Amino acid sequence: MTATASDAVAVLRGALAQNRARALVAVLAIALGVALGLAVQLINQSAVNELAQGVRTIAGDADLSVRGPRGGFDEQVFAALARDPEVAVASPVVEADVRVAGRADPLRVLGIDLFRAAAIQPGLFPEGGERYDALRPDTIFLSNAARAWLGLDRGGTLVLQPGLREVPLRVAGTVPGAGGQRLAVMDIAGAQVAFDRLGRVSRVDLRVAPGADVGRVRQRIAATLPPGVDVDRPQASLRATESVSRSYRVNLFVLALVALFTGGLLVFTTQALSVVRRRPQLALLRVLGVTRGRLAALVALEGALIGAAGGVLGLAAGYAIARVAVGVVGADLGSGFFRGVEPAIAVDPATLAVFLALAVAAAVAGSVAPAREAARAAPAAALRAGDEESALARLRAPWRGLAVIAAGALLAWLPPVGGLPLAGYGAIAALLVGTLLLMPWLSVALLARLPPPRSAPAALALAQLRGAPGQVTVSLAAIVASVSLMVSMAIMVTSFRTSLDAWLGRVLPADVYLRVPLADTGALSEAEQGRLAALPGVARAEFLREEQLLLDPARPRVVVIARPLPDGEAEAKLPLVAPAAARATRAPPSLWVNEAMVDLYGFVPGRTVTLPLAGREAAFVVAGVWRDYGRPQGAVQLDRGVYVALTGDRSVTNAALWLAPGADADAVRAAARAALPGGERLDVARSGEIRRLSLAAFDRTFAITYALEFASMAIGLVGLSSAFGALVLARRREFGVLRHLGMTRAQVARMLATEGVTTAAIGVGAGLALGAAISVILIHVVNRQSFHWGMDVAVPWLQLAAFAAVVVALATLTAVASGRQAMGADVVRAVKEDW
Amino acid sequence: MRRRAFLAVPLALAAARAGADGGYPQVLPGATLAFPRDHGSHPAYRTEWWYVTGRVHAAGGRELGVQVTFFRNRPNVAEDSPSAFAPRQLVFAHAAIADPVLGRLRHDQRASRAMFGLAGAREETTHAWIGDWSFALEGATYRARVPTRGFALDLAFEAVQPLLLQGVAGYSRKGPLPRQASWYYSRPQLAVRGSVDVDGRRSTVEGRAWLDHEWSSEVMAADAVGWDWIGVNLDDGGALMAFRMRDRAGGALWAGGAQRAADGTTRIFDPADVLFVPGRRWTSPRTGYAYPVEFGVRAGDAEYEVRPLMDDQELDSSASTGTVYWEGAVRLRGGGRTIGHGYLELTGYGSTLRI
Repeated sequence: MTATASDAVAVLRGALAQNRARALVAVLAIALGVALGLAVQLINQSAVNELAQGVRTIAGDADLSVRGPRGGFDEQVFAALARDPEVAVASPVVEADVRVAGRADPLRVLGIDLFRAAAIQPGLFPEGGERYDALRPDTIFLSNAARAWLGLDRGGTLVLQPGLREVPLRVAGTVPGAGGQRLAVMDIAGAQVAFDRLGRVSRVDLRVAPGADVGRVRQRIAATLPPGVDVDRPQASLRATESVSRSYRVNLFVLALVALFTGGLLVFTTQALSVVRRRPQLALLRVLGVTRGRLAALVALEGALIGAAGGVLGLAAGYAIARVAVGVVGADLGSGFFRGVEPAIAVDPATLAVFLALAVAAAVAGSVAPAREAARAAPAAALRAGDEESALARLRAPWRGLAVIAAGALLAWLPPVGGLPLAGYGAIAALLVGTLLLMPWLSVALLARLPPPRSAPAALALAQLRGAPGQVTVSLAAIVASVSLMVSMAIMVTSFRTSLDAWLGRVLPADVYLRVPLADTGALSEAEQGRLAALPGVARAEFLREEQLLLDPARPRVVVIARPLPDGEAEAKLPLVAPAAARATRAPPSLWVNEAMVDLYGFVPGRTVTLPLAGREAAFVVAGVWRDYGRPQGAVQLDRGVYVALTGDRSVTNAALWLAPGADADAVRAAARAALPGGERLDVARSGEIRRLSLAAFDRTFAITYALEFASMAIGLVGLSSAFGALVLARRREFGVLRHLGMTRAQVARMLATEGVTTAAIGVGAGLALGAAISVILIHVVNRQSFHWGMDVAVPWLQLAAFAAVVVALATLTAVASGRQAMGADVVRAVKEDW
Repeated sequence: MRRRAFLAVPLALAAARAGADGGYPQVLPGATLAFPRDHGSHPAYRTEWWYVTGRVHAAGGRELGVQVTFFRNRPNVAEDSPSAFAPRQLVFAHAAIADPVLGRLRHDQRASRAMFGLAGAREETTHAWIGDWSFALEGATYRARVPTRGFALDLAFEAVQPLLLQGVAGYSRKGPLPRQASWYYSRPQLAVRGSVDVDGRRSTVEGRAWLDHEWSSEVMAADAVGWDWIGVNLDDGGALMAFRMRDRAGGALWAGGAQRAADGTTRIFDPADVLFVPGRRWTSPRTGYAYPVEFGVRAGDAEYEVRPLMDDQELDSSASTGTVYWEGAVRLRGGGRTIGHGYLELTGYGSTLRI
């Protein structure tokens, strides 16, 4: 038995060597999937680790963190907490992301009371200063990462630009405990003054008294806090930070799994064909005494070897990609989610093992059907020539495919799981697998309905396809999978981009927009607003106040936008997704919410909700839902008159200017900058520029997605042509017979071209239909549940047509080229191969 | 609290070196102290402390040394800041129990800026606090409340003798220049009553204590590294205070002191009247610093021997005032017998008392 088994391995190894090109493609496909998946995983793991480190540094060993609006909350809240007998230490922090002169990214600055921070947040402890430096209002201490980023050492001057002001600070020392975090620490009193936060703090970190129950203290404190201020364990803010990027990360990860799936499919193609071609050899092994189970195991083992080879290659490539990607595009992979994080790529063996296992599993899964087939064949029949087709006959029943497709359709209606569209992904997978299972039946049914062609080569081609639909199926699997994924992605991205473009048009009606950079450290006063409105060339000016409120400590803050939005005007000003609800008289003021607010907070039209504005709960009626591609964490808009009445805050953060006829936008921009002290630090842009920048940012974000998708599709097509070539090569005897019967080479080539066109057309057709279905799920389920924004379906017809034509042409060319290769001098002799 | 050096704000024990920053009032002779106002804090001066040390007996005769100190410091930064967090005044506090059975100090410390009423030092009379730690004068009695994680002190110190103004009517010179001086008065022979909680066990205690209230802007001469100081309640009702400022070589840059007899007769010592002769040294196993824990002291015509209650009374206050020093209960011997009990303070033995 041992001798037989090793003989069997030798036979298979020989076969693998013959199949080298296809096996290599399968290995590469698996490697790509593993590499992309691992790279995404490594980069995100590192970024999240770094974020977690950041939360640990800032919150330290705190039991509880009290947080509120982005702009901070009343410092008396701190004083009350510090007096609480069950609070051992209360450490107040003023936190601001501040612009640095000459830098694009902001610097996170933490204003601390070092006496209190020392007890809870040792990671923020400033060191290296002279006497009292850590208390001075004009000194700052830089973490090592910030010091390297700014190129500033002790004694240097750091110029911060909060709001429109300029604040020079002396770098007095370092923050050695901050690790790789890019942050700066200064005294809380200095920070309040520098960042326009007098009377307010951003957070208070608490250590509860020994023996006190943290959960109970949290509940008791929560009841005493003013509206909009909440207390939670520090980990909650990490979850909030993490949740912003989680959907994006999971999407990338799923794309990597798609690449892995394509790899598994290629293993299936390779193994199915190789089992078909080696049918006589495998039958011989059975005759020689190799058991069915053994044979199946051997074929599965081949698959496992391909998977392992691809996996190992993929691990190395994935690590390399992660290293390079972090260096080149940053840890956020171009998405902008992890600004200011500079993670080191750390590899842990468990992650590597999981990806290796995934690779082997994908390859073995691809080998299961061929292995079972190899084992099932009756040795006597299989030893005869021309029996290849029966091997794949079993895949032809339609009900299995239909059942899986139906399951997929049902999954698409399920709600998100833990904020992730897992059911949506499941639905896509089910549609894909179901369609692949359905393809044998579908292709037979379609081929049977084709009219009889007039030319002999075409008739022969059709007869061949009808007679051996199983072989067609193997090629079709690769075409359908590649085409459908590419098509769905193209439709989704086009829909998104078209909707975004239209949306930008709606939300940017003015000519010139002004913004106080990083608005939580400064705003425009009423006098400044008046000066802007009175600028020559400005026909109309509209002012907007932006603030961020904490509605749920486990979620990121919600954006509040107050702008002139009286009832009746909102419909014209907002990109509403549905007509506004009717208003009852004497109802609370209107609130307009984006789609994320509906999904995350249940702010549905007609509902009365409250917002904690200026430390008081204010009631609103949700009047309508507007589309928003900028704030997946949630955003609401209300009339600025209402906002001012509730908060007394007349300052603004943004302005929109409509130009008088004939006015020059650049002249107005210059005049606006000159009109305000520090106005040169205003962000001023024309609406066209904002639109262009937004679309560029969109394209950047999707560049990586496209790259992943394109890579897996390219590999799918390479695998397809190689499979097609192999099928043609396997038919040398047939070509010999045809040539004996008097067909010319050209006629054989035409026959093969017809076969190629027909097969590819069926595959592309099915792929287009499946892709369209998947795109609908991507748009209405995956995107909606991940990012909480809706979009209108837009189909890139031209792009799809060109793509379909390329795939059909490629398949045809491959068929013809393989045919030419197969019809060498010995094709006539090949007829004798039958023994 | 973490034992982490507040190197960034090393403050307090003796604040200014020569060449004081502008903005601090100088201590110069000629002014007259007025009470109760001068029991309160003097926020314009750089440094101020209320320093009470005592010897008490628990029920059963167990002898303990107790120390409670509140420091106030004006860093002279952010004084015009509109922020409620502006660190115009800092408050530090130490508390320690010297227990010969334990063999080392039980000690805790706090630090805070004066803000929101959470910490501060009142100007009207003695009242300094950080959270629930406080030291306050009510009538003729000082009250110290210091609950910590490891122990708690709740002590009343009743003044039974008049104030002892140090130096010239409270002007206590500390160096070669007249402005190197502090305003300084003592309250010897305070009658202590109260409770000491250690490890959850409460003991009622009684004893005698000594209070120093001292404020200054510049007490250390440029080449001073630290000082040796004793304050002793004599068993006969008298009081003895003596100090010397040391230079790098261990010699005396300046010295002074006072002795008040039980009948109230007081003698103020000139530098030439006071001599400290270091005796046996004890080396701290934690810091490696070597402190002369025994002294021969000559004050005026009398010669005394200072002997510690126990050797290890090193006080690590690096997490608040930023220094490590020796502050311990001692016995004063004269004529071959114990004649008083008090405290010995040794600063600048580890590193220069750089402040």
